[in-house]
Amino acid sequence: MSNVTVRLFARARDLAGRERVELGLAEQGARVVDLRRMLTELYPELGEFLDRCLVAINGEFADDFAVVPDGSEVAVLPPVSGG
Amino acid sequence: MIALTHDPIDYLGLTESVRRPGSGAVVTFLGTVRDLTGDERTEALEYEAYPEMAELKLAEIERECRERWPVGEIAMVHRLGRLSVSEVSVAVAVSCPHRAQAFEVCRHAIDRLKEIVPIWKKDIRPDGATEWVH
Repeated sequence: MSNVTVRLFARARDLAGRERVELGLAEQGARVVDLRRMLTELYPELGEFLDRCLVAINGEFADDFAVVPDGSEVAVLPPVSGG
Repeated sequence: MIALTHDPIDYLGLTESVRRPGSGAVVTFLGTVRDLTGDERTEALEYEAYPEMAELKLAEIERECRERWPVGEIAMVHRLGRLSVSEVSVAVAVSCPHRAQAFEVCRHAIDRLKEIVPIWKKDIRPDGATEWVH
């Protein structure tokens, strides 16, 4: 079992109603796609918006096949709109 | 120099800070809060960031610029929090030996900032309605 902290930003945070979630991933070697599935089950309000969000692990963009290491900080990043 | 700040951006000071004896050109870009998007009126914009990652990504953009162009100095500052119309939300100041390089670096830096730096803005309308710009 590995534990990760998920941080949600902007509209993703508003939809989920949480800005920080501690998650236990059942299996070692869980990937971003598994984490997306868990978040969808926990926060169905995220709905299809989650598909538009990128994911970062420890501050670096990660694709759906990236492994989520134990103890990492995962961020759910809506399409950015700075500037 | 890279910074996120809740205070007004001192863009004159930022411009001064990049001047160098070997740089014959300084270009500063300012992003400011616009009052209209199409027919929709904006009262204010509220910016938020994932600050730890935003600073990493701004540093990455600085590295990209220094690898590709002979940058004298580059400074990027993004404001966070609630900003009224006309306030400066972002400033990029660049110095290079020649003007073509300085324009290119400044353009590259602001384009990349809007592409990869985790910052978001929420549009606040005169009637109080809000909408994330995604």
